Amino acid sequence: MAALTPISRKPMSVVLPTVALAGAFAGMFVGAGNGSIPLGILGGAVLMTGLAWVFINVLKNEQMARWITILAFGIAGILLSGPMGGVLGLLGGWFFAWFIYWLYEGRYRQKLLPYLTAKQVFYHYLFRVICGAIFVFLITPILVVLPLSFNAQDFFTFTPEMLRLDPEGYSLKHYRDFFTNNEWQRSFKNSLIIAPIATVISVSLGTLAAIGLSQSHVPGRRAIMGILISPMIVPLIISATGMFFFYSDIGRFLEGTLGMNKNFVGYLKVILAHAVLGIPFVIITVTATLVGFDRSLTRAAANMGAGPVRTFFSIQMPLILPGVISGGLFAFITSFDEVVVVLFVGSASQKTLPWQMFTGLREQISPTILAVATILVVLSIGLLATVELLRRRSERLRGLSPA
Amino acid sequence: MTDASQNAGPMLAADGTPLKQSLARSLRRQKLRALLLVAPLLLFVMFSFIVPIASMLFRSVENGIVENTLPLTVQALSKWDEQSGELPEEDVYDAFVRDMVVAIDNKQHTRLGSRLNYEETGMSSMFRRSGRQLNKLDPETDGPFKDQLIEIHDGWGDPKTWAVIKTHSPAVTNGYFLNAVDMRRTPEGAQSQPEDKQILIKLFGRTLFMSLVITASCILLAYPVSYLLATLPMRVSNLLMILVLLPFWTSLLVRTSAWKVMLQQQGVINDTLVWLGLVADDARLIIINNQIGTIIAMTHILLPFMILPMYSVMQTIPPSYTRAAKSMGATNWTTFWRIYFPQSIPGIGAGSILVFILAIGYYITPEIVGGTKGVFISNRIAYHISSSLNWGLAAALGTILLAVVLLLYWVYDKIVGIDNVKLG
Repeated sequence: MAALTPISRKPMSVVLPTVALAGAFAGMFVGAGNGSIPLGILGGAVLMTGLAWVFINVLKNEQMARWITILAFGIAGILLSGPMGGVLGLLGGWFFAWFIYWLYEGRYRQKLLPYLTAKQVFYHYLFRVICGAIFVFLITPILVVLPLSFNAQDFFTFTPEMLRLDPEGYSLKHYRDFFTNNEWQRSFKNSLIIAPIATVISVSLGTLAAIGLSQSHVPGRRAIMGILISPMIVPLIISATGMFFFYSDIGRFLEGTLGMNKNFVGYLKVILAHAVLGIPFVIITVTATLVGFDRSLTRAAANMGAGPVRTFFSIQMPLILPGVISGGLFAFITSFDEVVVVLFVGSASQKTLPWQMFTGLREQISPTILAVATILVVLSIGLLATVELLRRRSERLRGLSPA
Repeated sequence: MTDASQNAGPMLAADGTPLKQSLARSLRRQKLRALLLVAPLLLFVMFSFIVPIASMLFRSVENGIVENTLPLTVQALSKWDEQSGELPEEDVYDAFVRDMVVAIDNKQHTRLGSRLNYEETGMSSMFRRSGRQLNKLDPETDGPFKDQLIEIHDGWGDPKTWAVIKTHSPAVTNGYFLNAVDMRRTPEGAQSQPEDKQILIKLFGRTLFMSLVITASCILLAYPVSYLLATLPMRVSNLLMILVLLPFWTSLLVRTSAWKVMLQQQGVINDTLVWLGLVADDARLIIINNQIGTIIAMTHILLPFMILPMYSVMQTIPPSYTRAAKSMGATNWTTFWRIYFPQSIPGIGAGSILVFILAIGYYITPEIVGGTKGVFISNRIAYHISSSLNWGLAAALGTILLAVVLLLYWVYDKIVGIDNVKLG
C-alpha cells in the first residue's frame, strides 16, 4: 500500500502515557522475576516515561539514544540475572528505543491509508500483535527442541548452566548416543530400508495411474479416484486395524505355506502397507501437474514416429518430473514419519525410527529423542526447500508451454 | 462436391470403414488404454488396502469360534430353553465333553475361553481349569457327564454359563457392536452393560467433544493468520508461510515430543512461568496427561491443515468488495461481517471438516500427552488390538469410527469437492 501517508510528530500527551503503559507491562515481568510485581510495574512505567522525555526533549539524537538504551538495558539485565538476562535486556533495550521513536515520530502511520482513524490504527496493530502471537505458537515448539538437544544433562528442560550460556551446560552427547547406540542405529537403518522402497513402489504405480486417469475418456473416473485416495481419508488407526488382521493372515500364509524367511515377510508387509499410504499423495500431485500438460506435445512426438514408451520417457516424463518428485517426497515423508501402521503390522525387527521415538517417549524418556528430533527438523527443512523449488520450476515450465 | 459425399452414403475413414465405427473403435481403445494404465495401481490398492478394511468389517461381526470349537454342543443346545432357568439335559453335557476333548487336543479351548470371557468374566479360567481334567475323560465309556462336570467346576452347574454359550453361538453376531455402544448380548436380548463397564459411549462422546474443541480452536487461531497471509504483499506472505509450512513438514513425532518437553511439570512453559513469578514453584500448572494437554498439542499439530485451505479461499476474495462497502459508508465491523466473512466461509468449512476428520482418528499424540483422561477412541482400539486382544471389539469400534469419517467425507465432497484436495 501507499508509503505516501504524511507523518507528523505526536504530542507528549500521547507518547508518554503509551510508553509508560508498555514500560509497566514489561516491568511487571521483571518485577515478578525479582520479587515484587507492584514495584516492577511502577519502576517500569517511571523509567520508560523518564527515558522518553529525556530522549525527546534533551538528547534529540536518535542514533545515540538507541545505543544508550540498548547498552543500559543489557548491563541491567546482566546484573539482574546473568548472561540470559543480558540477552533479554539487549532485546528489550532495542525494542524500547525503537518504540519511543516509532510513536513520537508517528512512523506507525507511514504504511497505512491516510484516512484511517486512531481507533482503526490501533486495531490494525492489535491484529498484527495477535497474529504474531499465533506465529510464535506455531514455531516455538520446534525451536525449543533445537537447543535442548545439546543439553549436557539427561533432562528434558533447560538447566541453569544452559541459561547462563555456560559451555559446560552444552554437549553433543545425545548425538553421540544416537550414532553409537545399536537400537537407534538399527531403527534408523530400518527406516532407510523401508521408506525408499515403499516410495519407489508408490511413485511408479502412482505416476502410471495418474497418467491413465488424466486421459480424456476414463470410465468411472470418480469412483477410481475415490478408491485411490481412500488411504489418505481413512484415519490411520482404522487402516492399521484392517491391515493388522489382513497382513497377519497373509504373513502366516507366506511363512507357513510357502516357507519364506520370517524377516523378509516382515519387511514385505510393512513396505506394502507404507506404499499404499503414500499413493494418494503421488496421485494428487502428479494429476495436478498433468492438468497443465500440453497434449499436443505427445501428438507431435507420435507424428514424428515415436512409440508410446519413447514419447513417455523423452517428452512427457521430463515435463512432469517436478510433480513426480514432489509426490515422491510426500510419499517418502509419509512412510518415514509413520508410526501407527508399522506398530501394528511390523514386528520388533522392523522397528523404525518413529517407532523407536514413540517407545522412547512412552517408556524410558531419553533425551536422545531430542537429538533425533533436531536431525529430523533439519531434514524437513531440506525437504520443504526442495518441494518449494520444484513447485517453482514446475510453474515456470508450465508458463513456457503454450496454454 | 456435396453431391458426391451424399451419394457415397456414410462418411468413410481412410481405411474404408465407416467413420462413426472407426471413431467408436478408437474411443474404445483409448478407454482401454487408460484403464490398463490405472489397473496395476487399482489392483494394488484393492489388495493391500480395500481388502484389509473389508476384513476388518468382516471381523466385527464374525463369530465362528463357538460353533467351530463346540459344533455338537451348539446343536444340542438349540433344543434347550435358556429362559426355563433349568440346567440342560445330559445330551448337552455329553456333546460338550466330546467337543472339548477334540478342542483340547487342538489347544482351542483356551481361545474359546478368552472369547467368552469378554462377555462373562470368569469364563476363561473356567475353560482352562476344566480343560486339564476333561482331558482324562473318554467320551465313549465315562458317561454320564452331567454330575462329573459340575464336580470339576461348579460353573457348569449354573444355567447362566450355558445361556452365555448359546447366546454367542451364531456364526454372525452383533455382539461386538453392542459391546461397542456399551450394551451386551444376553439371552433376553440386547441390554446395557453394568454401570462400571460403561466407558465406550463416554469415550465416543469425549472423542467427539475434544475433536470439536480442537476444530474450534483451530478456526479461531487460523482465521486471523490466514487473513493476514492473504492480504499481505506476496513477498512478505511467502516468508511468513514458511512459519506455517515448517511445522506442517516436521515429523509428527518431533512435534509431539516437543509438546511433551513444553508441557511437562518441569517443562519449558512451567519453568518460564515460575521464572517470571506468575506461578509459584509448588503450584506448577498441570497441563500434560489430561485433556488440556491433548487439546493444546493437537491444535498446534492440526493448525496448518486449517490455515492452508482458509488461505487459498481468502486469496480469491477481491479486496475491491470491502473497499466498495467502506466507500458506501459501512463501518469496519459491517464490512467484515457482511462482506468479507460470508465469502470466507467455504474456507472455514473445508478446513474444519479436514481438521475434524484428522482429529477424530488421532492416536499418537493423545497416547503421549493425553494420559488417561485425554485419550481418544482410537487409543481404545489400539488397546484392544495389542493388550486385551479383543479383536472383534476393536474391529467394531473401528467400523463405527470409519462410518463417521466416511459420512463426514461425503459432506466434505458435497461442500468442497474431492478434486479440490490440494497439497502444500
